[in-house]
Amino acid sequence: MGILEFIHQHIEMIYLIILMVFVGIELISHVPSVLHTPLMSGANAIHGVVIIGAIIVMGQAEGALALILGFIAVVLGTLNVVGGFVVTDRMLEMFKKKK
Amino acid sequence: MDHVLQLVYLLAAVSFMVGLKMLSRPDSARRGNAIAAIGMTLAIFATIFLFRGQDGSHLGNLPYIFIALVVGSAIGYLMAKRVQMTAMPQMVSFFNGMGGACAAMISLIEYGHLSHAAESGDAALFQTKIPIILAGLVIGAVSFSGSMVAYGKLEGKLKDLSVRGQQFVNMSFLLGILLLSVLFALGSLDGVWFYLILGLSLVYGLLFVFPIGGADMPVVISLLNSFTGVAAACGGFLYDNYVMLIGGILVGSAGTILTVAMCKAMNRSLTNVLVGNFGGGGASGVGSAGVEGTTKEISLSDAAVLMKYAKKVVIVPGYGLAVAQAQHVCHEIETLLEDEGVEVKYAIHPVAGRMPGHMNVLLAESNVSYDKLVEMEDINPEFKSTDVVLVVGANDVVNPAAKTDPSSPIFGMPILDVEDSRNIIVLKRSMKAGYAGIENALFYEPQTFMLFGDAKDSLTRLVSEIKSN
Repeated sequence: MGILEFIHQHIEMIYLIILMVFVGIELISHVPSVLHTPLMSGANAIHGVVIIGAIIVMGQAEGALALILGFIAVVLGTLNVVGGFVVTDRMLEMFKKKK
Repeated sequence: MDHVLQLVYLLAAVSFMVGLKMLSRPDSARRGNAIAAIGMTLAIFATIFLFRGQDGSHLGNLPYIFIALVVGSAIGYLMAKRVQMTAMPQMVSFFNGMGGACAAMISLIEYGHLSHAAESGDAALFQTKIPIILAGLVIGAVSFSGSMVAYGKLEGKLKDLSVRGQQFVNMSFLLGILLLSVLFALGSLDGVWFYLILGLSLVYGLLFVFPIGGADMPVVISLLNSFTGVAAACGGFLYDNYVMLIGGILVGSAGTILTVAMCKAMNRSLTNVLVGNFGGGGASGVGSAGVEGTTKEISLSDAAVLMKYAKKVVIVPGYGLAVAQAQHVCHEIETLLEDEGVEVKYAIHPVAGRMPGHMNVLLAESNVSYDKLVEMEDINPEFKSTDVVLVVGANDVVNPAAKTDPSSPIFGMPILDVEDSRNIIVLKRSMKAGYAGIENALFYEPQTFMLFGDAKDSLTRLVSEIKSN
């Protein structure tokens, strides 16, 4: 069990990671500085996808401690997702075209 | 896993990419955010109802999961709706910290499961998963505590703090965490060390952000944002979950690029921001040499007349505008002057305020038209033909020392060339130096006039002066 074995087991994910790094760079590279703050905020909401992990953990929890910790994790993750998207929307609401 | 679930995850992953792409254009940004949000909602509900564990069973504890979702949504929604536009940067930092904490807790719980599995003899599983769990734990914890410090600092609840040899201490912490993690992954440490690594990571997050000055907070928040992205991607590895992996890595890489772009706007390297201690206690007094002379104050009525009979006025907003909540009255002055036939524009420095685009967001809130906000490269040649520049709570971004004084800590940062204009009116609370802690020679220029007081207060009185004149 070494690094090679790990790479072998996760080869698809590793390809995906490398691709996504380039996609992320490409998506962001031509942004006017006006949109930097909303974009950071939007990206912040998207990494809230970690909540899926929290839901899985909580759904499989056996025993009170795991359940409580899972509960907190889901609440925190939801804060990240909902708060993130709502704040971003509020920022962007102000960019509506005028006359 | 279920086919439908996979399909939903695929849709969600695409929605993140499309959403981010649309977020990078002003006309589609809002829809982009909505698309990503819909994708996320679908992914969350699909996980709840369709996810099957390795033994093929659905998720349990559904009532509790729904309670947690409702609680989190209610708190998050209220916080996001109630926050003042000026407090936006710290809000983002707070939510980012929540994501980091969530990632760290997942690792914490999964570790509990694993040690059970290991006791019952499944050591191979332990070996494969533990590096990922550790990575999620460390990165998530650093991101959490770091974001909370950034939040506290921007809220004004925490002060800059750095001790002698801080860089050395930080380095030792980082190396210590890495070393312990490697040893732990190799299985040569006791279970209790796992929690010690968690503790060290939390402390490291504090130490990491504490010495960094207020002016550099946006860079730090953006960096921590990409950290959380990577922590989320660790979860993707753990559960073979592609949507978590894609969302996390996208944010990780996009966030890093955004961080670098912000540093570039300040003409500094990321290392310089993190190690340079710029704006912290160490920089005070530096660069003050050579700035001598007297400043001139201007009366409200003189300032009003000067602006009213100008052909062209450029307003330079800074953090002072945000603190004083002066964006609405600023817009009022702008419309008043326009009615008098004055051409009014706003000069937006890329790092004015506490986040790139901070000023745009604020001014857009008070209905300033989008095309009046001019970026630095485009406005700089225009200062020569400008009659009056009104500097509202900005300091370092108009400091000529950035061009003339190689010993200044901000030397090399591109600035707004306001000194080219005929008159400069500076609204400032006091003669105190800006966040970089350095004197500003601009205030001693012959064409510069100071108007002391709270930005909102001064602007309000200027409005009535312009009206009555």
